[in-house]
Amino acid sequence: MRWVVDNVDVLASRTFAHLAIALPAIALSVLLAVPLGWLAERFRWLRSPLLTGSGLLYAIPSLPLFVVLPLVIGTGVRDPLNIVIALTLYGLALMVPSVADALRTLDSRVLDSANALGYGPVRRFFTVDLPLAGPTLLAGVRVVSVSTISLVTVGAVLGVPSLGLLFTDGFQRGIIAEVVAGIVLTVLLALLLDRLLVLVGRVVLPWTHQPSRPAGAAA
Amino acid sequence: MIEFENVAKHYPDGTVAVADFSARLPAHTTTVLVGSSGCGKTTLLRMVNRMVDPTSGRVLIDGEDVATQDPVKLRRRIGYVMQHAGLLPHRKVIDNIATVPMLNGVSRADAHSRALDLMDLVGLDPKLAKRYPSQLSGGQQQRVGVARGLASDPNILLMDEPFGAVDPLVRRDLQQELLRVQSELGKTIVFVTHDIDEALLLGDQIIILAQGGEVAQRGTGTEILTTPADAFVSQFLGIDHGGRALHPQSSSTGATILVDGYGRAAGILSGALPGHTTGTQP
Repeated sequence: MRWVVDNVDVLASRTFAHLAIALPAIALSVLLAVPLGWLAERFRWLRSPLLTGSGLLYAIPSLPLFVVLPLVIGTGVRDPLNIVIALTLYGLALMVPSVADALRTLDSRVLDSANALGYGPVRRFFTVDLPLAGPTLLAGVRVVSVSTISLVTVGAVLGVPSLGLLFTDGFQRGIIAEVVAGIVLTVLLALLLDRLLVLVGRVVLPWTHQPSRPAGAAA
Repeated sequence: MIEFENVAKHYPDGTVAVADFSARLPAHTTTVLVGSSGCGKTTLLRMVNRMVDPTSGRVLIDGEDVATQDPVKLRRRIGYVMQHAGLLPHRKVIDNIATVPMLNGVSRADAHSRALDLMDLVGLDPKLAKRYPSQLSGGQQQRVGVARGLASDPNILLMDEPFGAVDPLVRRDLQQELLRVQSELGKTIVFVTHDIDEALLLGDQIIILAQGGEVAQRGTGTEILTTPADAFVSQFLGIDHGGRALHPQSSSTGATILVDGYGRAAGILSGALPGHTTGTQP
């Protein structure tokens, strides 16, 4: 506990560095997954390559990926950008199938009705399909968020600053409090972000949080 | 006026939804397309707003071929009411009703005030405006569907079994409401149903369809009831076994009830019980 009190500034800067990697990776994977998931759902021949391909991404062990990526994209080994890109790929592996599923399971009667009202294809996608896919997408984003927050720590092995550095540093120097602080903060961060996503969901998807039809509602 | 000129709809798998159908639907009247499932009635309805394009033949609105018009723009000027209302679950009642005017570029404030007027027209409490569709009963949702279909003040209203999913009491209410609204607005309504009683109640013109969009008979309700064209129509009307021929019969309470050919009590003889003239069933 004493170590924690003495090193609050270290903990804060590690937490900040952690978020600086995790948040862009989560955002990028969601933003990229929407068009990819749409393609997988829209064109049958693309479905299998996209879904299998994104699934395979997840099978690549993270450490080798962190090591190989800088060679491919020409960044330094300790550049946080490597981790952001690698985690975006993992996020895609989870999100692309989620988007494709969400779009495939939309109520076809509602979409038909939107067409009959005179929605053009682009407007329908952004104002009907996407919002209605919202609850399923949110579930996917929550998984990606927790998974990403946790995976960021692996970068510490390469010396990229994050809460993971607290494990490696604490382990090497035999400071148990530092290791424990690292684990606790990572878990707290994941929980916090998850709660935040749920709250955002309530604001953005208000119709999913209404009390259902009042009892005895007449015609 | 809507005209169907020898329209056909074939699907790639060889299914013939409509073989060869022609009809004239006069403006400001209600035409009911009635038939069992598979008779192509919904397919025909959906040809009017290009939700389905015919394989051959033409559909004309006031002499203009719909095939020459942009489907999205065409749909925005034709009201459409479907079974299960088809409301957008993520939008409030008032936004659902205001959808088409807003797609047409009407300001939000104007579209909302129009939506409130329409809620009044179809008998919906304005307090429901801020609810989501899932918070309404089936009958209320269907009323919202009708209000939405009328929102852009279209000349044409397409109704695809709009009252098929609500219970009989509510359906009767909605039918009466539609008759009232239609007497005020005089739209050109195309109404699809499999319920012959609904057709007889609502249709100025009734077109009875057999499989593949073949016209079994067309005419007013009276014409069809009094001179059914063939055995199929008689069977469809339920008059083949005397289903619509009513015979008086004395009941144990002393009143005279009318019984149809199936032995089903169809109503009470009006006047037999003074003051009870509303007991007849449709």
